[in-house]
Amino acid sequence: MIEIRWHGRGGQGAFTAAKILGAASLIDNKFSLAFPSFGPERRGAPIQAFNKIDGKAIIDRSEIKACDYLIFLDESLFSTDYLKDLKDDGIALINTATPEKFSAFSQIQTIDANQIALKIIRKPISNTAMLGALASISDDVSLSSLQQASDLYLSAASAAKNQLILKESFEYFKEVR
Amino acid sequence: MTKAFLSGNDAFAEGVRLARPQVISIYPITPQTTVVERLSEMVEDSSLASELIHVESEHSALSCAIGASAMGARTFTATSSQGLLYMAECLQYASGGRFPIVMMNANRSTALPWNIYGDQRDSLSQLDCGWIQVYVEDAQESLDMALQSYHIAENPLVSTPVMVNLDGFVLTHTYETVEIPSQTDADRFLPPFQTENKMSLDNPKNLAFSVGPDNNMEFKYIQHKAMLDSRRVIEETDAKFAEIFGRSYGGLTQDYRIDDADYILITLGSITGLCREVVDELRERGEKVGLLKLRFLRPFPSDDLVAALESAKAIGVLEKDISFGYEGTVYTNVNSVIAKNGLHLETYNFIAGLGGRDISRENIKEIFRHLQTGGQHVNFIGLGVSIDE
Repeated sequence: MIEIRWHGRGGQGAFTAAKILGAASLIDNKFSLAFPSFGPERRGAPIQAFNKIDGKAIIDRSEIKACDYLIFLDESLFSTDYLKDLKDDGIALINTATPEKFSAFSQIQTIDANQIALKIIRKPISNTAMLGALASISDDVSLSSLQQASDLYLSAASAAKNQLILKESFEYFKEVR
Repeated sequence: MTKAFLSGNDAFAEGVRLARPQVISIYPITPQTTVVERLSEMVEDSSLASELIHVESEHSALSCAIGASAMGARTFTATSSQGLLYMAECLQYASGGRFPIVMMNANRSTALPWNIYGDQRDSLSQLDCGWIQVYVEDAQESLDMALQSYHIAENPLVSTPVMVNLDGFVLTHTYETVEIPSQTDADRFLPPFQTENKMSLDNPKNLAFSVGPDNNMEFKYIQHKAMLDSRRVIEETDAKFAEIFGRSYGGLTQDYRIDDADYILITLGSITGLCREVVDELRERGEKVGLLKLRFLRPFPSDDLVAALESAKAIGVLEKDISFGYEGTVYTNVNSVIAKNGLHLETYNFIAGLGGRDISRENIKEIFRHLQTGGQHVNFIGLGVSIDE
């Protein structure tokens, strides 16, 4: 089972990203759960969202303890303490404009998702860019399924632009590699 | 039939839409809110033709549903926690008046300390209010029981309201794949609501009346008898549902690997899935363990329990509930069946998940170890341990 934890701030779309990823897994004929950190939500306050993805129905609804991917929509939420929550070959994916800060850690991959989002939607909402990046570094979800699924959770006007964001962030990692 | 990626609340709202209620009274409360939001959107976009009434409190929400049901309308409302408790007076009016209302309750802890997270103390505190109580495990069962509940409640032998309980957040706010039946199949399963128990100018009668000591006890006995009779209707409904939709939940209980099990864990609600996985893991190591999910708490599945537990050596009841000063209420109910039927087995109570505390795989393994080694009868799981550790 692939287990993912999203870190963001209220309003950055972390849970929307988790829902899009879950719906994309359904398109890929896999099973998934998507759930938010439970409880009250406030704009700007740290929130978490979670995905479990598997080839069979998922009946374990307990909290995720060890992650295949940790995804930080906001680098101010990152702390090296979180790296111990990764599985052995797990990856932390961080949205940052200063990748050199993280170059000492082999488990960390970075992308300037804000810059891609600002260019296309003129807002620093990085959730779909981080999804595109995830599809690029992982075999667990495909870009085409994410593109189909994002249409389900985003308004028509925003969906078209987010298709561009998904594609650009996906290609960014292909180039880096 | 279509597949969709929905939360427990979304799935329940889809089930309500397919049941075509004529009146829906709504008053939002976390974590129930998204159910009534989805239903409002459905009425707005005309995918559901229903009179949606936004009332000013939970007391009014259920009063409104009672009034609509007394006019012969199929009705729906939903609540949670303090909202359910605020409805307490009306719960007994609805069941005593024999109004087959269906209500979703998002299981949430009760104040104080105030807390919006899940546990089962809200609905279990209302076990004696005369409503049928169902506890569901996942989003699919949520949708399916929205439909089935009307079929059970409106059967003339039953004519009793149904409360469908979804664990707050863990189920209400978790998204997963759900099959949404077609309206044609739903209509084939659930015919329009027809009742004699309504106000009618053509056939005027007295409803919701007073009855003194001379006859009151007979009314209460008839109400009790209807609840007992509902057991057969619940099983027939499950069979009819399976025939049309291909999914069966086994009636009042659902067992898992109990055939030769010495140690059986009894669960309700969304924790059941994880417990099944632990049963599989322990079975691989040769441990004779099994699981029994209680789907209905009222009517109480006494016969199913006797059949499932009679050859076990020890059983445990896992519940998100404590009746202060005694033990978990589900445990008390289970023990009564065991005593009445002379079963010789040890019983243990595991109180967990109060106020939203996570119940982990390790917790469930500890519970099965406790069943095998014996020990205290009433146990609090994870007490004093931070979930962050």
